[in-house]
Amino acid sequence: MTLQFANVLVFLGVGALFIFVNLLIASLIRPSKYSEEKLIPYECGENPVGSPWIKFNIRFYVFALIFIIFDVEVAFLLPWAVVFKELGWIAFIEGLIFIAILVVGLAYVWAKGDLQWVRPEERYE
Amino acid sequence: MEYLREVLTQQVAGYDQLPEVLQIFLPMLLACLLCLGLVALVPLVAIWGERKVSAHMQDRLGPMRVGGWHGWAQTIADGVKLLLKEDIIPAQADRLLFKLAPLVVFAGGFAAFVVLPFGERFIVSDLNIGVLYIAAISSLGVVGIIMAGWASNNKYALFGGMRAAAQIVSYEIPTVLAILTVVIPVGSLSMQEIVRAQSGSVFNWFIFQPVTFLAFWVVYLGTLAEVNRTPFDIPEAESELVAGYHTEYSGMRFAFFFLAEYANMFLVSALATTLFLGGWHGPGFLPGPVWFILKAVALVFVQMWLRWTLPRLRVDQLMHVSWKVLLPISFLLVLAAGTLALMQEGAP
Repeated sequence: MTLQFANVLVFLGVGALFIFVNLLIASLIRPSKYSEEKLIPYECGENPVGSPWIKFNIRFYVFALIFIIFDVEVAFLLPWAVVFKELGWIAFIEGLIFIAILVVGLAYVWAKGDLQWVRPEERYE
Repeated sequence: MEYLREVLTQQVAGYDQLPEVLQIFLPMLLACLLCLGLVALVPLVAIWGERKVSAHMQDRLGPMRVGGWHGWAQTIADGVKLLLKEDIIPAQADRLLFKLAPLVVFAGGFAAFVVLPFGERFIVSDLNIGVLYIAAISSLGVVGIIMAGWASNNKYALFGGMRAAAQIVSYEIPTVLAILTVVIPVGSLSMQEIVRAQSGSVFNWFIFQPVTFLAFWVVYLGTLAEVNRTPFDIPEAESELVAGYHTEYSGMRFAFFFLAEYANMFLVSALATTLFLGGWHGPGFLPGPVWFILKAVALVFVQMWLRWTLPRLRVDQLMHVSWKVLLPISFLLVLAAGTLALMQEGAP
């Protein structure tokens, strides 16, 4: 079993080596002419304005948070699916409860408007 | 790999006298190099193919000159050109992350080939967690993409990286949930077990069964988004983000992003083939591996076809499709698959 996973290591190693060797070959034959202007980040030909590490939309962060919850759920459901047929109805009902809890979470996020990219303004009345 | 070792033992004189470590390690390395050859060859053909497909869809001819016959050597010429290009790293870039990013993207995609079942005995290693492994290791690409976007010190690259990350994680969940509909009736995560469960007639393939038929479309859409293909290609939307996360990459480093993209297209098609299209099963006049690669290539062709047919989705539409359409559907599919499996089994 452990030996099977050694394949993964071999693949990762050979993949890295492949890139390294190619870059080495390239570095031997490619030209390299230093110029200040080449090293400026590309911004459609203009000089860059301000830092490139800008503030980006907070939605990316919110979606990442929601993702983590569901990803953990999927990780739990995989072993559940493997033994599903052996356990029968008990597994089905337990899975149903588990999924229901998460669907409640999804419904909450949905109702709060957090699944929309442009979140509607909250109205205070 | 076990098959390769058998072949080596029988064909190569004195192979069984080698030290034990070498006897185990050599087939591994050989299998790995074979896969590397495939990973290098597939993009070479696929890039040329995509240019021809897109050209003919737009009533053009595409590359016609290099190599003579329909410009078949165009990609090789492009590869040589990229090899000769100067390697430019922006002055303020995070150099370590910038150099590491193509490696992570490529190695992640490449390592997923370990569990692809090309034939009954042609699999590098039939891990018992095959499906989970493929989902996990192909997600490694996201890390590389964020690294590239962040390290480039470029606003377009940062946006591209962020969008790619948001998109890939969003579509990961419906995809894996839809894969569960196959895992439930098979009762195993091993790729070979899943293929074997579809043996017999063509109608045993999961695509021809009610619940998994729907799951196939969810998986196909999800994987399409995970490899950043149109209509889900906003991470590299040319008209707004130049080239997305690899805007600042040039020469060989760019080539590896490109290579990884096409290798990933083949990978997700091969995954869909294994799960739904019967893997290496097919009429007997062609051997299993040929069927497997033919089916995967057909799915790659559909990906190209879609790219030159559909417009790109907006980022809010993209999130809408994933979270409000595909996710509820895939939850229902899991429950339906569970009910179906229990009814067929007459479970306790």
